[in-house]
Amino acid sequence: MTHDHHSHDHHHDHHHDNDLDPFAARVKALETILIEKGLIDPAAVDAIVETYEHKVGPRNGARVVARAWSDPDFAAWLARDATAAIASLGYTGRQGEHMQAVFNTDDTHNLIVCTLCSCYPWTVLGVPPVWYKAPPYRSQAVINPRGVLAEFGLVLPEETKIRVWDSTAELRYMVVPMRPVETEDLSEEELARLVTRDSMIGTGLPLRPGSLGPGALWPPSDEPGLSI
Amino acid sequence: MNGPHDLGGQMGFGPVAPEVDEPVFHAGWERRALGVTIAAGAMGAWTLDESRHARESLHPAIYYSASYYEIWIRALETLLERHGFVAEDEIKAGHRLWPGVKPIRVLAASDVAAVLARGARCDRAVSTEPKFKAGDKVRTINEHPEGHTRLPRYARGKIGVIEAVREGFVFPDSNAHGKGENPQRVYTVCFDGSELWGQGADPALTVSIDAWESYLEPA
Repeated sequence: MTHDHHSHDHHHDHHHDNDLDPFAARVKALETILIEKGLIDPAAVDAIVETYEHKVGPRNGARVVARAWSDPDFAAWLARDATAAIASLGYTGRQGEHMQAVFNTDDTHNLIVCTLCSCYPWTVLGVPPVWYKAPPYRSQAVINPRGVLAEFGLVLPEETKIRVWDSTAELRYMVVPMRPVETEDLSEEELARLVTRDSMIGTGLPLRPGSLGPGALWPPSDEPGLSI
Repeated sequence: MNGPHDLGGQMGFGPVAPEVDEPVFHAGWERRALGVTIAAGAMGAWTLDESRHARESLHPAIYYSASYYEIWIRALETLLERHGFVAEDEIKAGHRLWPGVKPIRVLAASDVAAVLARGARCDRAVSTEPKFKAGDKVRTINEHPEGHTRLPRYARGKIGVIEAVREGFVFPDSNAHGKGENPQRVYTVCFDGSELWGQGADPALTVSIDAWESYLEPA
């Protein structure tokens, strides 16, 4: 993993990341006006950014999935009342107020999308990746999900049913992928490390034991998730 | 509205192009865009539904060429002007020029953790019995309102099956326009791929939406 989430201000060289970007100037201007008018507190903006950059992310969801894999009673609770089951691990809040967990099975693979905007389960996955909010994914997930999955390197058997959940109301979905084989001896914490963000959207599968590394979407040493 | 945001089933946008090891933010201004949007929303002057409608009301040429944080900021400018907090000439100047409307509350840094952890529930009690039950066949309405709606075009006038009866939720079609929450029950409705996309559809595909009761009629 080359990206270090904790030293983010110095090494991005993406095309938007410089003060010459006209949109950077526009955002700066708007923030300046709002601060001058006393409408926002810049320290509150900092705290919001800090929360979603470092505290709330897919590690939260991975812990939910690992608990469901380890504890059948928790899995049943998660299926019945995901909001409460997830809250029991400390994950509550904005864009996770009404959660629904959907479980992959041998027959059915689940995929989450929001065709109308960018609805996403923030409390368990953090803020959505760019592709999730962009037209290619939002347009194609409901009509050509296999084509979309292939772009993620995921090719499912033709007979596997694909169920797409379009988040058109205030329910927020997360996928509970199937537990990988040969993981009987792993602890819940070890299991959590196998759960990728994409496997909880449905655009991927969990990692196999021993494959942590290049495929892992965040470092196992990342700080623990917090409630928000 | 039949706006640029209603993307389900459209073609020609190119590959999804997932990014390996994608950072949470791609630029410093994206951090501020997220924080400013949430902090300004916390003034409580507009609803999430009104925000969504402001975003989808952007001109299609702008909507399709903008990143999502850019869409957020453009819509935020609209909302701030509409509600009298900021004037157009101030946005051009990049500074305060006028007093403007005073907010009923301002989010303090010390309250951020609690506010985000609390979220904002949108479920509301409804006194009427559910019109549909799980297993019922329904047809979605085929309406094209000029205002906000959460019934996507690809799922209008289609026959599906009620899979789950949910709670009552704030009705976005009225709430986005300041016409009240008017809560209605929501249902998860599942459609066969072929009902949505015709004979060429993936035979193993089903798609569900979450639909407010007035989006549905018996089939």
